[in-house]
Amino acid sequence: MTVHTKGSGTTWVGRSIRRLEDPALVTGRGRFTADMPATHWVRFVRSSVAAGTIENITAPERAGIVTAKDLAKLKPIRPMLSKFNYVAVGQPILADGVVRFTGESIAAVYAPSKDQAEDIADQVEVEISEGAPLIDAMDALAEGAPLVHADTKHNVIVEGRIATPGFEDVWKTAHKVLHVEARSHRQNATPMETRAGHAAYDGSTGRVTLTCTTQMPHLTRTAVCDILGIPESDLRVVAPDVGGGFGQKMSLAPEYVLLVWLARKLRSSVAWTEDRRENLIASFHSRDQHVQLEGAFDKSGKLLALRGDIVANIGAYSCFPTTCGVEPLMALAELPGPYDVRAYDCRSRGVMTNTCPMAPYRGVSRPVITFVLERLMDKAAAAFGIEPTELRRRNLIDKFPYTSATGLVFDDGSYKETMEMAIKAIDLDAFRKRQKIARDAGRYLGIGFATFSERTGYGSPAFAARGMEITPGFETVYLTIDPSGFVEARIGSSPHGQGLRTSLAQIIADEIGIDPEFIKVVHGDTDRSPYGWGTFASRSLVLSGGASLLAAQKIRAKLLKMASHFLEAAPEDITLQSGSAHVIGTDRSVTIASMARAAYHQTHIFKGEIEPGLTETGTYDPSGTFSNACHVAIVEVDIETGRVEMEKFLVVEDAGLIINPMIADGQVHGGVAQGIGNALLEEIIYDETGNILTSTLADFLPPTTHEIPEIELHHVETLTGNSITKAKGLGEGGAIGAPAAVISAINDALSPFGISIDEMPATPQRIRAALRSSGKLPSNGKLA
Amino acid sequence: MKPAPFTRHVPRTVDEVVSALAEFAPLDGRILAGGQSLVPIMAFRMARPAHLIDINEVEGLDRLAVDGDYLSIGARVRHGAFHKPVIDGPLGKLLAFVVSHIAHYPIRMRGTFCGSLAHADPASEWCLVAATLDASLVVKSVRGERIVPVTDFLEGIMSTSLAEDEFLAEARLPLLPDDTKFGFYEFSRRAGDFAMSAALVTYRLVDGVIADAHVGIGGAEDRARRILEAEDVLNGNAPSPDLFVAAGEAAANAIEPLEDIQTTAEYRCDLVRAVTRRALERSLL
Repeated sequence: MTVHTKGSGTTWVGRSIRRLEDPALVTGRGRFTADMPATHWVRFVRSSVAAGTIENITAPERAGIVTAKDLAKLKPIRPMLSKFNYVAVGQPILADGVVRFTGESIAAVYAPSKDQAEDIADQVEVEISEGAPLIDAMDALAEGAPLVHADTKHNVIVEGRIATPGFEDVWKTAHKVLHVEARSHRQNATPMETRAGHAAYDGSTGRVTLTCTTQMPHLTRTAVCDILGIPESDLRVVAPDVGGGFGQKMSLAPEYVLLVWLARKLRSSVAWTEDRRENLIASFHSRDQHVQLEGAFDKSGKLLALRGDIVANIGAYSCFPTTCGVEPLMALAELPGPYDVRAYDCRSRGVMTNTCPMAPYRGVSRPVITFVLERLMDKAAAAFGIEPTELRRRNLIDKFPYTSATGLVFDDGSYKETMEMAIKAIDLDAFRKRQKIARDAGRYLGIGFATFSERTGYGSPAFAARGMEITPGFETVYLTIDPSGFVEARIGSSPHGQGLRTSLAQIIADEIGIDPEFIKVVHGDTDRSPYGWGTFASRSLVLSGGASLLAAQKIRAKLLKMASHFLEAAPEDITLQSGSAHVIGTDRSVTIASMARAAYHQTHIFKGEIEPGLTETGTYDPSGTFSNACHVAIVEVDIETGRVEMEKFLVVEDAGLIINPMIADGQVHGGVAQGIGNALLEEIIYDETGNILTSTLADFLPPTTHEIPEIELHHVETLTGNSITKAKGLGEGGAIGAPAAVISAINDALSPFGISIDEMPATPQRIRAALRSSGKLPSNGKLA
Repeated sequence: MKPAPFTRHVPRTVDEVVSALAEFAPLDGRILAGGQSLVPIMAFRMARPAHLIDINEVEGLDRLAVDGDYLSIGARVRHGAFHKPVIDGPLGKLLAFVVSHIAHYPIRMRGTFCGSLAHADPASEWCLVAATLDASLVVKSVRGERIVPVTDFLEGIMSTSLAEDEFLAEARLPLLPDDTKFGFYEFSRRAGDFAMSAALVTYRLVDGVIADAHVGIGGAEDRARRILEAEDVLNGNAPSPDLFVAAGEAAANAIEPLEDIQTTAEYRCDLVRAVTRRALERSLL
């Protein structure tokens, strides 16, 4: 069941119109990078060891092969951060003498077909003198640990600390102190389409077109050109249809740099399609964190102070453009979540290891910190002997704007309202009765609540606080009505499955009075789109939507002025609707198409009062807005096997004004499914030698439809002044709240055993091991 | 994800199969049936056969029929053939119940019963069926034919007693008496994943007590096999919750559990205890 506060009406915004992108996608006419023919196919020879020195590379005779020595003139990927004791480390495009993780590219071979390239790569012999690999961040922190990069002093390359004044004084007043030691294991975002790139050299202009599965076409262009030392005008980057990214495709893939370099060298076209094994071992990983969190509560259960220590395993290199600070620093700034706590002392470190580099993954650190913080709240509720929701009720922020202990400013939200709605919709009292009856019969049901905030749609001021050399922010939209009367919006965002073309068309349609089906949204091509930051961080609807609205407002003003000329009426007496301008209360009208024609071909009739053409630009760079939600999971834990069965999932989401409810629901559904996978199934496992044991989808386990329960969804719409469309972002929220809710539900189910599952994913093996350790597990399945 | 180069041979008769095998097996040749295990392994280049003898065009190997007191399953019979009971009586129902646990629909439409046995994955549902029901395997080569009991066929993890030049032409499952009860339960992380433990039980009730109990366990040891210790607990006793718990305990105590980085021996025994009892509970439904 899905309940909307809004779903129809006279505006396009708020309606579940069908996605304009789908007809091509569902009839097999989508265009993906791997579909493109190429003269040469590339296969990367990857390291089979996690740490070592390359002694020798031997290739078969006449093989087309590239190694680091061919790339001596290329700069390494060296993302910069100007704060937080950041140590810049460089990543060579191909391993240059040293290998630092299993799967790192050592050489690239090329041949006329994929098969031949793989056969040749197979015959390339690499001799590596193996070193001792560091896999776990805690080992890399140890005194005297080997260095992943010899030119650094230690393996901590980013470290931040926030301590509010007078913290210790507040801490001393605590009535109860609760502690959580949590572990989030490593995960892979696993988009359906793996990475792929195709670089084609144009002999007449010397330009290269790089088609690739990126979330950031312009940043890819900038990065590749900086590394190769060529002007940006010599490279066009195209992101065609992209089959999911989830952050994994927002960081620069060194492979793409190689493709552009090779296309220029061969003066031809070269292509590479990553296979699933490469994706699982050598594309980016995430969420590998150790978090210690302590909370000090007063007598009433009010959270007074939080003390935390976060260690993020950032792998062997720092990702571009966000840098490896993205996980530890996000965790540091946002750990207090949606709770009113004034005293905060937290240290957060990013630690290098001989593992695949970390990069953003849907939610970035927030799925982890939300899970840890919600564990703390649940433990506190148990210590105070109250419902977990009651403890949250006493601590959730409810006055806005709210400035957090870490300096974040929360705009209007509905933290308490969404939770109260969720309690009612799930019928908590009825569940508790059902839970008791089931327990008496030896069945263990549990319910878990997660309340959280999701910082979305933030512009350059928010990113500037991180001190990144590259500070993302604004979005620009070029909006044109061409002489045919059709509308083209060229955007800098780069959607890859989110339905943004449809949502933006709805926003524009309401402003200019032209139906969405006549509005084409163009993205993902640096030759066609304005310089923009792409799609990540739940930003595109807010930023590109805002820029679209600003551009559409300008077009609207111009259309009204033109209509005023044609209809001999004052602009304020004219409306734009269904493709025409109408004088209110009369039958006088003129079509927008004919006005568009005149704007280009009959400019003389405006006698110089109206500029020729019909293109306007909108640029939007807001401070950001916080979405919020309450997630509820109901599970049953099979105490004999440790298996968790998802019975039900419920979300009350507040993402401001909902532009297209169907698309919004889809975002939440997908995020929740990913979050359930994170909570229960997905884990990249390294053995002690640094080899990955989960290099296929038989071992790394994304959820299937069988593992995802019914998801009931409700929306609250808090309209914020921080977004001109009133829409907040919601791309990541599903994935942020779901793990916390699921793990909370598991712990609720297992509360009779006095254990705490503080590890993600909560696999059956881990749950069963915890149950065994409780000593309360009888052989007949019933509690002693 | 492209296999190493190989040569494909497409025999049309069983004689051609065995002579091709005699010629190419010494040159790293292998049989290709449904390919649902072999082809992915080849794509990862973990297997690199130089020759594949593709039996998908061989006449007669798709035979699925009752011969006397057993069901004969030819080497080309696909998992999907068992989606509906292939014969009346408990055996057809048992096979139809078990088959729905094998991987996913597209895989079941291609993979074969005999291929599963020859591949000998410890988690294979068909290996468990064959072991529990005391199947006989018909093995052919240019040297002739031999009939091998399943206990002599399955030797270990992906290891059988097939000689290099032999192929598994047919599996024979004994028909079950009409009053046979059966139960199956498997534990896997997701629907369709490899079983981390699975149990298949069959027995008859004679005067209210269990007779001729077969308890098979798969996915827990290096091969599927009958657990006589659990059968001894059952035979001669009336079904009861306590009896089933005791049988599960006996099975858990009898196995030599496989271990891996995520699964301790202790956990594997926990699963065997649970799947055995649950298979028995399901036999009464």
